[in-house]
Amino acid sequence: MNKPLRHVWLVVGVLFVLLFTSTTYFQVVAQGRLNAHGQNQRTLHNEYGRHRGPIVVDGHPIASSQESGDTYGYLRTYDPGAMYAPITGYYSVVYGFTGIERSLNDTLSGEADALFYHRLADVISGRENQGATVELTLDSAAQEAAWDALDGRRGAVVAMDPETGAVLAMVSAPSFDPNELASHDTGAVSSAWSALNEDPERPLTNRAIGGDLYPPGSAFKLVTASAALETGDYSADSVIPGPGTYSLPNSSSVMNNFSEGRQEPCGPDDESTLAEALRQSCNTSFGMLGVEVGEDQLRSTAEEFGFGQDLSIPMGVTPSRIGEDLDDAQLATTSIGQYETRVTPLQMAMVAGAFANDGVVMQPQLVQAVRTSDLSTVSELSPREVGQPLSAANAAQMRQMMVGVVEDGTGSAAAIDGVEVGGKTGTAEWGADRAPHSWFVGYGQQDDRKIAVAVVVEEGGYGSRTAAPIARDVMEAVIQR
Amino acid sequence: MATIVSYTARPRRLIQALLLLLAVAVGVGSYALVGLGRFDELPANLLQITVGALVLVAVLQIAVAWRAPYADPVILPIVVLLNLLGITMIESVHAANSIYGVRSSASADRQMLWAVIGVLLCVALLVLLRDHRRLRRYTWISAVVGGILLLLPLAPVIGDSRNGSRIWINIAGFSFQPAELAKIAFAIFFAGYLVSRRDTLALAGPKVLGIHLPRWSDFGPILVAWGFAMAVLVFQTDLGTSLMFFGLFVVMLYVATDRLSWLVIGAVMFLPPAVFAATQMGHVRTRITCWLDPLSSANYGSCEQISQGLFGLASGGLVGTGLGEGRPDMVPHAESDFVFASFAEEMGMVGAFALLLLYLLLVQRAVRAAVGISDGFGTLLAGGLGFVMALQVFVVVGGVTRVIPLTGLTLPFLAAGGSSLVCNWIIAGILVRLSDAARRPAARQVEGALPGPAARPGQEVTA
Repeated sequence: MNKPLRHVWLVVGVLFVLLFTSTTYFQVVAQGRLNAHGQNQRTLHNEYGRHRGPIVVDGHPIASSQESGDTYGYLRTYDPGAMYAPITGYYSVVYGFTGIERSLNDTLSGEADALFYHRLADVISGRENQGATVELTLDSAAQEAAWDALDGRRGAVVAMDPETGAVLAMVSAPSFDPNELASHDTGAVSSAWSALNEDPERPLTNRAIGGDLYPPGSAFKLVTASAALETGDYSADSVIPGPGTYSLPNSSSVMNNFSEGRQEPCGPDDESTLAEALRQSCNTSFGMLGVEVGEDQLRSTAEEFGFGQDLSIPMGVTPSRIGEDLDDAQLATTSIGQYETRVTPLQMAMVAGAFANDGVVMQPQLVQAVRTSDLSTVSELSPREVGQPLSAANAAQMRQMMVGVVEDGTGSAAAIDGVEVGGKTGTAEWGADRAPHSWFVGYGQQDDRKIAVAVVVEEGGYGSRTAAPIARDVMEAVIQR
Repeated sequence: MATIVSYTARPRRLIQALLLLLAVAVGVGSYALVGLGRFDELPANLLQITVGALVLVAVLQIAVAWRAPYADPVILPIVVLLNLLGITMIESVHAANSIYGVRSSASADRQMLWAVIGVLLCVALLVLLRDHRRLRRYTWISAVVGGILLLLPLAPVIGDSRNGSRIWINIAGFSFQPAELAKIAFAIFFAGYLVSRRDTLALAGPKVLGIHLPRWSDFGPILVAWGFAMAVLVFQTDLGTSLMFFGLFVVMLYVATDRLSWLVIGAVMFLPPAVFAATQMGHVRTRITCWLDPLSSANYGSCEQISQGLFGLASGGLVGTGLGEGRPDMVPHAESDFVFASFAEEMGMVGAFALLLLYLLLVQRAVRAAVGISDGFGTLLAGGLGFVMALQVFVVVGGVTRVIPLTGLTLPFLAAGGSSLVCNWIIAGILVRLSDAARRPAARQVEGALPGPAARPGQEVTA
């Protein structure tokens, strides 16, 4: 009876091979698909059961996890909440996560590939696996100054170090309290969630990098001027036409030199230097200049500044744009930051930063360093260039013109004693019967300290009155201390 | 092919003692890890369990050394390890339930009590049953007892239906799956019956498609077995039990007669009722649907158990979450029907493979004993018990991992449940007794046996 027994053993072998195969399939091959399955609460529980690493600003944890003793294991808390909420995002057991919590989820939860050896060490030493700490580039003084200066008005402030791209301040108002969404009381979370989503002021939107883009208005003249300098045909002292009105080519529209229909020319004989046109923010001068420079040059300069690029800081940034297939009339209005020109405040801070960094635009970044729970460094900020829209010499000319704007022009409210401050205001029309958005885009530098700032206040009126003082507060916080 | 197996007649009791100690160390260690994983502290009853397990393996060791000195030294250590791992997983699921409160499940205390009873029955069997051939006297009694046991869940008062399958009985608050005991009775009956009829059954009849069919007059027994399997399928609506009994019979028939035709006939006969069940019986149809596509949103509600089991497998991945670190409590019946999923979640694919290899090794030992035994009854009994254990593991694990539709069987030694555990301990006792008979020098009349690596039966059975 040994031959049939051998066959039986063979059958048993085949049956077990099937079991080995199916087990391998579900535990290894299909693992990712099953773990990502929508019905799989286990993934959620695993996710929330991890001791997540903190998010840190200037050594102070602004997001951290405490043991909660309930089914989720840990509760995420934010302190202070609203001021940093657009950056940290929220970590909700009901609605998932956003911001840094989402972009760096693998790092914070400790699952990132870069943390493999750290995890291994935790397993070997029997330590509880804790996620990595994310240190942000933010300067708490700048952030607080921007938050206080904006004072709850709808708008955004972005400040960055022009030389490294490190984001020093990023405020979006109105904001929200992420603790309300991170709560484990799912009923309270869902009512907070619907309240936030129904709020017409859209507090969940990070206005600094996403959501609806803003028309930059006159602040865009910085880009037009840079494009003109880069052609080589213009300098700060070039005399350009600047009449009181400009009948747009092939169009019945007329561009007035100033807002509210004011039609004074930019200078005697309807002309002025480029520097003077920027100081007074003459519309006709830059409209005509844009047409002279041409769409190609304007577009290539704008793209070098970062327009049209998908940036990740590490959250995704909505690309800024200047419109497509422009005829001369559209090009003229584009050149003064109207028509289809739409920007993020972060993009405008990058524009300002280029002038303070010899024409080089740095990639904006929010993460200063990633460290494991035992403080060994996993990664640190490494500055990267985005582009060089203009030469160092032209950048110097731009700085000179922008200083003129602040010392003796529309940006005087941004001036700080003893500090070189240059900038450009903007008062962006965006709809009939609505107050214009108020802009200030500029830089400040003293000795080695540099800062580039962009401020937008929605429906804030004149940039010179509303946005410029906010920019001054932020620059002061960084430079003078 | 005739095979002559020569044994070096060595008891190997010391190896068994060391392996038993290793099994206890691994089992108790994993139990301690569950406590550490769930509550960050050693279980309060760790000392009692360690001492209890040591006492029980000492009793087993003494009983074997006394009554079955030439028994296979690997069988009992595997069984002890499986039993302890089962207790570990039951405790892990229970602790997870007490922490997270998604469901509730009994603690491992009851399983420990059943384990003690199982070990004592195993020892009693070794002491009382000096020669397995005595079982052959009970051939027809076994048939009657097995038949009654199998049909018992259909009895009006004591029968109990769970998860759509009527395979339980309730007596005085204790529930019992009589199919487990019937399995042993039928194995004895088939072995006794077939060993006396094998020559007749092996006679060739007409030849169809190159296969020698048996004579028409020999179809009686397989028709009776088929009828029983159908009765189980139709009235108890359990494909697994039915498959297990019919598979046992057909395979033992094949071993007894060496006629491949019996295997083919058996498979062909089981096909129509399986198709009938799949298409006509709502309960089986649901299981078929859940087998084919458990994860689609339409089926999720009715297939929660199998989907959650699959999520558990995926959550375990290659190396598992660690003992006491997973969430097996999210799977319904994680301590019984789905104990394999719980184990695979916490121990990963590596642990699941180790578990399957333990079963494979146990089955191999049974087949090895079957090859070594000189009498046909012992060969059939050992082969049958080994195969039915393999089949049961296949049906359970295959059900969890979607190789076949899910059925109501339990994983031997591992799953929570007294009837299954006690009956499997009895099977372990029979296997030890059979392996002793296979390796005992007096029974083999080994001539000129030399120490050292002589021909090993393992080479005979692995072909």
